[in-house]
Amino acid sequence: MIEARDLRKSFGGFEAVRGIDVEVPRGEAFGFLGPNGAGKTSTMRMVAAVSPPTSGRLSILGLSPIDDGPAIRARLGVCPQEDTLDNDLTVRDNLVVYGRYFGLPRTEVSARADELLRFMQLTDRAGDKVEDLSGGMKRRLTIARSLINQPDLLLLDEPTTGLDPQARHVVWDKLFRLKQQGVTLVLTTHYMDEAEQLCDRLVVMDGGRIVAEGSPLSLIRQHSTREVAELRFGVGEHEALADQVADLAERVEVLPDRLLLYTQDGEGTLARVHERGLNPVAVLVRRSTLEDVFLRLTGRTLVD
Amino acid sequence: MATTLAPGRATMVLRQVDYWITVYRRTWKGTAVFSFLMPLMYVGAMGLLLGEYVDRSGAGAARLEGAASYLAFIAPGLVAAQAMQIGADESMWPVMGRLKWHKTYYSMIASPLSIGDVVTAQVLYSLFRVGLSCGVFLLVLTPFDVYESGWGAVLVWPVSLLVGLAFVTPVLGFSAGLSSEQGFALIYRIGVVPMFLFSGAFFPISNLSEPLQWLARATPLWHGVELSRMLTLAQLDLSMAAVHVCYLVAVGALGWWWSVRRLTRRLVI
Repeated sequence: MIEARDLRKSFGGFEAVRGIDVEVPRGEAFGFLGPNGAGKTSTMRMVAAVSPPTSGRLSILGLSPIDDGPAIRARLGVCPQEDTLDNDLTVRDNLVVYGRYFGLPRTEVSARADELLRFMQLTDRAGDKVEDLSGGMKRRLTIARSLINQPDLLLLDEPTTGLDPQARHVVWDKLFRLKQQGVTLVLTTHYMDEAEQLCDRLVVMDGGRIVAEGSPLSLIRQHSTREVAELRFGVGEHEALADQVADLAERVEVLPDRLLLYTQDGEGTLARVHERGLNPVAVLVRRSTLEDVFLRLTGRTLVD
Repeated sequence: MATTLAPGRATMVLRQVDYWITVYRRTWKGTAVFSFLMPLMYVGAMGLLLGEYVDRSGAGAARLEGAASYLAFIAPGLVAAQAMQIGADESMWPVMGRLKWHKTYYSMIASPLSIGDVVTAQVLYSLFRVGLSCGVFLLVLTPFDVYESGWGAVLVWPVSLLVGLAFVTPVLGFSAGLSSEQGFALIYRIGVVPMFLFSGAFFPISNLSEPLQWLARATPLWHGVELSRMLTLAQLDLSMAAVHVCYLVAVGALGWWWSVRRLTRRLVI
């Protein structure tokens, strides 16, 4: 569905995407992970055929976004980072009007709008102005709008950013159903739980490059240990204690409020910490998550 | 395959008809009253009340380019100015809304529509608004004895569309590059208001000094006013009429091209 080779995008002197290779087959749920400014949105806009690549090769649905932009866009569903809904129009009109842009007949678009409103649990609000909707409802409506042309490929740029946990789970549930129906999903996110829930395969981007690629599980195996033991000592003691436990784990990370010991066996490591006469105020043994991988690969420094 | 099946430009524009009908249905009530009331206020204040002084001063037909009354002189100017006003307005706040507040332009170009299609549909809608409003204005003027001929009264309507076009597209191009709506004050202060006052709507521009006359002749509104007045006063000069039409069409076409270019720069990065 998507094939990119050495894809690059520059804005003036700034290179936002610095040569990425991506391949997404039909039916896959594929994720772009990365901190802000990693180049995710720039990549998505190129894939959406609204932003021409600066260099490299890009093929979407077997077509070139430069020559066949309208033909590609006719088969894409796009849920942009910002909702871009028409706030003055009703919920239902937003869907109907948008469906018409794809050349769908009025009766068809009307039936699809009702079906999508049901699917996204917005039927009760069909006649309300978009302005009056909550953030979660607007997001669901934007996703509904992106489905009006029954796309072969659905692009979602941070589909749940800014939503409360309930709304996020509703959106995830809907996206999971679409995935089961065989819709190819490509999404960007900086939520690791979202990526673990939805993505078959993902790439981690940082500074315009791909720094890791694989399934969520394989990335954890590759870039982290099976378990993490978190030890909390008194404030200011962590730095000094790190050396005393360094040999007990594959990797030790010092945070201001705790030590992270990356290890295959969390409980075993913890027992040996106690054997050395160290008594943390609080301990937690957990499995490694994608978040550990992400922080390992992209660093803990704030990027904005 | 894709290229052979690609729909034509007209199809792409027609696909946006439902959108614009929805927009019109939402806004017509507010605009309908104004498109009836505003002309009546101008006709009352400028045409009848101020006009009484002008007519009593003995200005006469000779000094009013052959108009029988001051109202008959300014009527075509008022219609052309109305076309300018509505055309410019449609390309200001509505454009900023679609660019910056609702960002609906971004969603439109994520569909198969191109920026040219989006601009064309929006311009046609603006012309529909101009046509409707000027049509009402022209009807309101009928009982005031301002038309010297029936055909002139009919032809002045399409002229109002041309005047509208000459403002809709350049202002759209201007708005497409603005980062905030503060630039609109500029359009009014150095564009719409001076043209309204000095482009021959209210007095023959021969009253201006020579350089100012040339400045007035360079404005699209002057061409619109002159052409409209030729028609309502039934004093058609075909060669001059052709110049006016060409000028207005050229400004409209250049404005369309500029709008597409500026919107592309803004949206396709």
